[in-house]
Amino acid sequence: MHPMALLDVCEVTMKFGELIANDRVSFTVEAGSIVGLIGPNGAGKTTLFNCISGLYKPASGTIIFDGDDITGHKPYEIARRGAVRTFQVVHPLKDMTVFDNVLVGALLKCRDRQEAFERATECIYLCKLEHFQNRAAGDLPIGGKKRLEMARALATRPKLLMLDEVMAGLTSTEIKAFIDVIRNLKKSGITMMIVEHVMEGIMPIADKVVVLDGGVKIAEDTPEKIINNERVIEAYLGAKYSQRFKPRKDGEPLG
Amino acid sequence: MADPILKVDNLYAGYDGIPVVHGISLEVMQGELVAIVGANGAGKTTTMRTISGLAHPLKGKIFFEEKDISRLAAHQILKLGISYVPEGRRLFAKLSVEQNLTLGAYTEHSQKEILRRQEELMEIFPILKTRARQTAETLSGGEQQMLAIARGLMSRPRLLMLDEMSLGLMPSMVDKMMETIIDINRRGTTVLLVEQMVQEALDIAHRGYVIQNGKILQSGSARELLDSEEVRKAYMGM
Amino acid sequence: MVKQLTRKTFKIKDGVWIAFLIILVILPLIPAVAANSFRMHVMILILLFASMAQAWNIISGYCGQVSFGHSVFFGIGAYGAGMAVVKYGDTPWPGILIGLIIAALVAIIISYPCFKLSGHYFAIATFAIVEIFNRGFLVWDWIGGALGLDYPIINEGLKNIMWHNSKTSYYYCALVIFTFIFGVVRWLESHRFGYYMRAIREGQETAESLGVNSTNIKLTAMAISAAMAALCGAFFVQYNLRVDPPMVMSLDTSMKFVLVTILGGSGTLAGPLLGAAVLVPLQEYTRAFWGGLGGGVDLMIFGLLIIIIVVKQPAGIIGIFNYIGKCFFRQKETGERYASHGTP
Repeated sequence: MHPMALLDVCEVTMKFGELIANDRVSFTVEAGSIVGLIGPNGAGKTTLFNCISGLYKPASGTIIFDGDDITGHKPYEIARRGAVRTFQVVHPLKDMTVFDNVLVGALLKCRDRQEAFERATECIYLCKLEHFQNRAAGDLPIGGKKRLEMARALATRPKLLMLDEVMAGLTSTEIKAFIDVIRNLKKSGITMMIVEHVMEGIMPIADKVVVLDGGVKIAEDTPEKIINNERVIEAYLGAKYSQRFKPRKDGEPLG
Repeated sequence: MADPILKVDNLYAGYDGIPVVHGISLEVMQGELVAIVGANGAGKTTTMRTISGLAHPLKGKIFFEEKDISRLAAHQILKLGISYVPEGRRLFAKLSVEQNLTLGAYTEHSQKEILRRQEELMEIFPILKTRARQTAETLSGGEQQMLAIARGLMSRPRLLMLDEMSLGLMPSMVDKMMETIIDINRRGTTVLLVEQMVQEALDIAHRGYVIQNGKILQSGSARELLDSEEVRKAYMGM
Repeated sequence: MVKQLTRKTFKIKDGVWIAFLIILVILPLIPAVAANSFRMHVMILILLFASMAQAWNIISGYCGQVSFGHSVFFGIGAYGAGMAVVKYGDTPWPGILIGLIIAALVAIIISYPCFKLSGHYFAIATFAIVEIFNRGFLVWDWIGGALGLDYPIINEGLKNIMWHNSKTSYYYCALVIFTFIFGVVRWLESHRFGYYMRAIREGQETAESLGVNSTNIKLTAMAISAAMAALCGAFFVQYNLRVDPPMVMSLDTSMKFVLVTILGGSGTLAGPLLGAAVLVPLQEYTRAFWGGLGGGVDLMIFGLLIIIIVVKQPAGIIGIFNYIGKCFFRQKETGERYASHGTP
């Protein structure tokens, strides 16, 4: 059985003047899966997110989401279709409360107010923001702001949730708890594409990992194979890191 | 037994009069590499900011080289020899690497001295030499982090305070960063660092403090903390 | 286990507003107030300015698109009613309706290209719009040119929205408009449109990434805001019995919209009312007491107030209230609320 890809990124190229930020990048995201997107800073990960979410119009290539060509569509249209992203540099709606922030997300798909309130509450609890809900979003510590990005995006009932470095700055124990949240979201049917530098947060849960370097895709494979990929070790993981994962890999399944 | 270079005594600190830090006491000896670890929002950054003068203590005292610095302003504390590199880099994006470094030596008046220090730092951070004329915003995340630390070192601090240097860095860069911090410490600068990557921080530190809910949960040698059941369970996911 | 929090639609503050409205309705019945024509005049102006400010608040306070061009819509509303009465000898009602529609259309046509300009540039563009309309109306003979429109003596009554002797009926007219505009904004505030407006203000790009069609929302908000401003303009001409371009289509008038709201607290429901309640008496009483000098003194005090507000409390009078409230309740808060909830 060949699952239809929820997201099909095909030869996407994005240029800023002379600088080629994404160079014919192609990969697919299968419905119900978790795809990790890793690579050095400046490799083009956020640029790719911006192309997919409609902030940028690619110079060439196509992006097909849920069967429709969304290349160059406006961000709000793409969000309405169900592809929603968080921002790496957090963008809280500063003067609104945390609850109202998440409510803005919920109002996308929830038709009446009570439903929207319930959805917002649900997402706030899911992202452990309940103690902050009446505070101004701008007052949150950085970790809270990152969780807010996620709660807000989640409230829109996305089909594809694109997370941009949401695990930065979490301790290992917090990462484990976060992984559980992600797994539950997967069970509820949400497909996810996750940009991360925190390997212990992405390797245990990803079905597939895509690696970008210098605007080019250098690998697309299962986490196990990626960790042993010479090019990836050279460009990104470093020798020490791949060593760190090897014993765990042999002894127990990742995650 | 020598006196500590930095002594924090029963510190209460926070924002808008509401304490986030509830009675923290710690000390750093000359030449040490001390790590402060803990979860998001536990009070690590608040502690750092208060020591560096960006915030004032609600209660308690802070001593640097036996001088009470609790009420001093940030620039005065910088002059005394503490340099704080905040999380999130906070570089001057449109200025070049060289210009960012020069501004780090803001308290130094001799041009010759500033240039000398710049050269020294480019030795420790060779990548900055390659990119000397580029604007800070064109550097990659790891390079920016290096620049932030180098800038912090330009004022020749006796105590370097680093806040979440590993944030947003790719794995190979995190390793490089940790190696660089060890190098800086070996060259004679006392280092106090805040890190959320508990394993990595304790791997390079002499001693550590674990902060939870604004209080010190545990302290001791790095080895002791790494072996502690409580720390492993609560922070290292074991 | 998720706790179900139901947010009440009807809050305590709504109760306060309703009580306040009842007081406003009863006010003219108190002899002390009704007898004093000047006091009634001040009351009417407070309601008018509050309504104007609230209209502006929609697009500029809630939606964050600062406009210095609202006097244009105010003027269109005034001229709409004025033309119906003066040029066509009719009741003002058809003129009012046409004024509202034209104001909304003009707003949409002007804003569509201007909204592509970010933040400050939009505001600057609106400056230009006022000047264009001002000059245009001065030389447009059909609407009276520089001489403007003067109302003839007409029969009084609701049909003509005209009363000769007592101000009480004008007061109730103003109160109706006030209630209407404030009611509209209260409704918007608590529904999707209001949340979307504020999201655009706080971060348009972020709002769009959550599915908000910012262009549509901004244009709609502008149209509603313009129509409300026009409504105020229509009332103005009925009360003032005269209109000419400098009176309505000027930067001066535009600034009234802006400053009243900012003083009271932009982006809040009560802000426009608080601003008007401070500014109008200030303006009218200094003018009354200092005669010839009065025209200057009130502006000086006004200017001083604005400087203090902008420097000390940009959130306006509402900001001051919130700050006092926070100080008062601080003792009740424990440090624990702000400490991290540590490890999971």
